[in-house]
Amino acid sequence: MSVQYSSDELMDYDEVMERFDVVLGLEVHVELGTRSKMWCGCSTEFGGEPNTHTCPVCLGLPGSLPVVNKKAVESAIRIGLSLGCEIAPWCRFARKQYFYPDMPKNYQISQYDEPIAFDGLVELEVDGTGYEVPIERAHMEEDAGKSLHVGGATGRIQGSDHSLMDYNRAGVPLVEIVTKPIRGTGTKGPQVARAYMAHLRDMVRALGVSQGRMEQGQLRCDANVSLMPKGTTELGTRTETKNVNSLRSVEAALQYEICRQGAVLAGGGRVKQETRMWNEAGGFTTAGRSKEQAEDYRYFPEPDLVPIAPSREWIEQLRAGLPEMPAVKRARLQSEWSFSDLEMRDVNGTEGALDLIESTVAAGCAPAAARKWWLTELARAANERGVLLEDLPIAPAQVAEVQRLVEAGTINDKLARTVLEAVLAGEGSPERIVEERGLAVVSDEGALSAAVDAAIEANPDVAEKIRGGKTQAAGALIGAVMKRMGGRADARRVRELIIAKLS
Amino acid sequence: MALTPQDVSRLAELARIELTPAELAEIAPQLDVILEAVASVGQVADQDIPPSSHAVPLTNVMRDDERRDSWPAEAMLRGAPAQGQQRFRVPRIIDDSDAG
Repeated sequence: MSVQYSSDELMDYDEVMERFDVVLGLEVHVELGTRSKMWCGCSTEFGGEPNTHTCPVCLGLPGSLPVVNKKAVESAIRIGLSLGCEIAPWCRFARKQYFYPDMPKNYQISQYDEPIAFDGLVELEVDGTGYEVPIERAHMEEDAGKSLHVGGATGRIQGSDHSLMDYNRAGVPLVEIVTKPIRGTGTKGPQVARAYMAHLRDMVRALGVSQGRMEQGQLRCDANVSLMPKGTTELGTRTETKNVNSLRSVEAALQYEICRQGAVLAGGGRVKQETRMWNEAGGFTTAGRSKEQAEDYRYFPEPDLVPIAPSREWIEQLRAGLPEMPAVKRARLQSEWSFSDLEMRDVNGTEGALDLIESTVAAGCAPAAARKWWLTELARAANERGVLLEDLPIAPAQVAEVQRLVEAGTINDKLARTVLEAVLAGEGSPERIVEERGLAVVSDEGALSAAVDAAIEANPDVAEKIRGGKTQAAGALIGAVMKRMGGRADARRVRELIIAKLS
Repeated sequence: MALTPQDVSRLAELARIELTPAELAEIAPQLDVILEAVASVGQVADQDIPPSSHAVPLTNVMRDDERRDSWPAEAMLRGAPAQGQQRFRVPRIIDDSDAG
């Protein structure tokens, strides 16, 4: 990226909040995790050699006919139901015509005025306050291919000479979820948007319809925002920010746009209706295409596909099979685990932590210990490696095993950290690591006793204090014993021995 | 009905079809005749009959989510006017993507 700065004037966020009301709108694309594409049997797998997952149907060659993937329709209905939407008893697909080479057919099969799901509501909580996100619709469509721009600087479209198209992703099923204007978020707009994305991610995962990985484009957000001066009722001009690929950037991009629009309006200017691109590295948005002129996609009912008319029975059967929704699950687990609100906030705020802790507890670990390992030692390791918790090469069962070793007195907390590191380094199971590295704490009372005696002898002044009743001074001796034992001792047992010998 | 040359010109632009003024003058009246002919359906179809989009009264034609072999990339690329790196080569793109 060549440009890492922006010359946009920004208004202080708090000042914008005093002078304007924020209206948000979010369009989210969910890439469904079906085995085959939306209209043909080509694989949806990510990362194949270019154009090896294509056929005449997904390339739109003459004479080919699409046939709808039933699993994709089922997934769209389940998403709709989970969003509290009505499910259309009858709906059609529509052709959206536009000329961009990532669409081999020169049109995208989507849904227009007859979405499969509409009129829903998502309830969220941010910092203890409830917010409502009204859902306009959820509709089915297909993904586009990927372009490789050649001839410009580092693969950028600007200045490129030509482009090379890989259509492996063309025709992968998508569900697009569109909100109605979101109002009444006060100063929390960007946080509400982030919480909404997190909710959708958890929801699609719970449904098993998508892995919902934003960094891999399985969940993509276009964030719309406009400002209206306090006390007015007319909607302001909105901008749409694309390329927002993480929960953090949803919040940051909206905050940036709010401050930018605030400065434009305060300076007597007008906000230009346009698409803006989020620059992740620079933390700002840049102007993209102007949207002053309404697009003319010339939608019409897709002639190659007959309407979808889900029966009442099918819908009710899908409704009955819906899993527990994330917010309900979080509340249930918090109560089962007896976590305080603060403890639970840390869990909810760490991507993937809830499910990993749940699996660890299921493997026999105490909830508090599972929480401790995942949010401290392992969170730090994930941070260092720049990956998500769930991508660490350690299984919840292994974390539970480490905790079992701690509780059995085989290792102490400090040694447990070493064991976790070793598991992450691929040295095998915790038990094997303890054995091979000789990490088990020394339970040989004779050796421990000798080390305690030596520590007392080396620190007569400390020993004297303890004899005088100052048992809190024992810490210094415990440290000395630990040093002699190479850390392989149970601190509690050492303390007991010291007190026993000096009283 | 009366389809104007301006309408046809705009449609041609949207469809990326280049028409000379002479072609436009020839085609616009022809398209108008076609539309008039189709519009005669309105004489028999009353307000209470919804417009239909398909000739057959079928719904829910769906397939199970099963993979089938894709075609070899070279077979798929064979019809491409230009290619490179096992991809379809297309002219320079000026606009931003608006996929989805």
